[in-house]
Amino acid sequence: MLGFMMVIIKRDLLLIARQPADFLNPLVFFVLVVAMFPLGVSPESALLSQMAAGVIWVAAMLATLLSLELLFKHDHQDGSLEQLLLAPYPNWSLVLAKVCVHWLVSGLPLILLSPIMAMMLFLPYDAVPALMLSLMLGTPTLSLLGAIGAALVTGVRGGGMLLTLLILPLYVPVIIFGASCVAAAVLGMPISAYLALLAALLIFALMITPWAASAALKL
Amino acid sequence: MNNDKWRMPKWFHQMGSPKWFYEFAGPLQLWFALAAFILLSMGIAWGVAFAPADYQQGNSFRILYVHVPAAILSQSVFLAMAVAGAIGLIWKMKVAFMVARSCIAIGASFTAIALITGAIWGKPTWGAYWVWDARLTSTLILLFLYAGVMALNQAITERNTAGKATAILAIVGSINIPIIKYSVEWWNTLHQSSTFSLTQKPSMPAEMYLPLLLTVIGSYCLFAFVLLVRTRNQILQTQTQTSWLQQHPDVTGT
Amino acid sequence: MYFESIGDLIFMAGHGKYVWTCYGVFIVLLGLNLVSAKRQRNKALQHVKALTRRQS
Repeated sequence: MLGFMMVIIKRDLLLIARQPADFLNPLVFFVLVVAMFPLGVSPESALLSQMAAGVIWVAAMLATLLSLELLFKHDHQDGSLEQLLLAPYPNWSLVLAKVCVHWLVSGLPLILLSPIMAMMLFLPYDAVPALMLSLMLGTPTLSLLGAIGAALVTGVRGGGMLLTLLILPLYVPVIIFGASCVAAAVLGMPISAYLALLAALLIFALMITPWAASAALKL
Repeated sequence: MNNDKWRMPKWFHQMGSPKWFYEFAGPLQLWFALAAFILLSMGIAWGVAFAPADYQQGNSFRILYVHVPAAILSQSVFLAMAVAGAIGLIWKMKVAFMVARSCIAIGASFTAIALITGAIWGKPTWGAYWVWDARLTSTLILLFLYAGVMALNQAITERNTAGKATAILAIVGSINIPIIKYSVEWWNTLHQSSTFSLTQKPSMPAEMYLPLLLTVIGSYCLFAFVLLVRTRNQILQTQTQTSWLQQHPDVTGT
Repeated sequence: MYFESIGDLIFMAGHGKYVWTCYGVFIVLLGLNLVSAKRQRNKALQHVKALTRRQS
């Protein structure tokens, strides 16, 4: 089964490499959104550094949402999704493999870009490790929960917007704990509790996503 | 077969039959309608005109008698929707999906009522129509969850697929509700400046508490009534080719 | 009654507009649900009757 998952991961990464725009665009979006805030609010460092944690987290969440729609779309459109579901391996392994790929091309770049975003919004340097750690624990959760939504709207018209509507309420706890983690780091307070909570959310997502997403894909 | 896995009583499977449900729910819904009317009118009249005013909040506390039932029902209905969806998925019962679908509009309405009345109550109490307190924020997110279920149900055109998809969403949503509530409350304590919550639940004297009991139970009865009516409507919509419906007195007019 | 007069009941020492708006929202929104359910039933029944008539 692990071999099956590796095959899927390699295949999807290859497909993405051929059409990088699909996954580069959300990253550009991420940077743009963050850049909008000084433009729209004020370039004052005092104000921005207070907002930085939340803004970066919300922007990361929005960028993730953008790339989620494509998780199953292409495979659904050319019929390969059905074939993959029929493979003699559990469907949830297919889901996990695709979520892995999504995180690699969406979550991981966000984590790597985040120090630059921190600099743009005057987030104190001391808080950057907290930012990256919280994103490391949070972005997989976003990918997992998002996969449930993507599976539900596969093949539905207007899927992208609908997906956003479905998933955003589920993202609320991740945003709250993620942004609070960074805010606590800014104040010099310990962040281990927040990381533990984020880890708990990740484990929770790992438990329900395989079932929910594969049930939704078979519809 | 699923039926052997957990031995369910006979009435459980009987309810899965559209014909049986239609007959059974007919007279039952009238009882719920009557109970709802009596309980709600008594509860409202009592709460509005006869209960003593609150020491701290004055007369605005009377909003309690509609806000609290709405808040309670908003969550109960979502849970009912998820349970009905789960039953539909596990026992492959179409009637269960119909029940779940019937919950969406009424549940969203209760949530909207809770949100609006909660906001209005905030004005005389705290001076502002909207505050990001834990309860109001959680209710807002619940409304978004309902909106998601509603949108998904309308987006999928095939009825059976829509039933299954909304069931999955409702189940995932309802599991997340406690997590969302916990995280919002926690977030709120971080940023909280005021010390007391919108709906205090101190020990209330009987003459304040009883009207609330009436409106809460009355609201449940109203929900049950609407649920039965809407489920029977869906049975009418989907069973048009069956002989039992074509010969039914409701249709032939005898 | 808790209040001295009907006027007092409506005014509620200044809180009247909040309380009555809330009760209005409650009744209106739930009323809409009831009306909508009834109309859905009428439409469904009409549809079945038309179908049965055509088939018989």
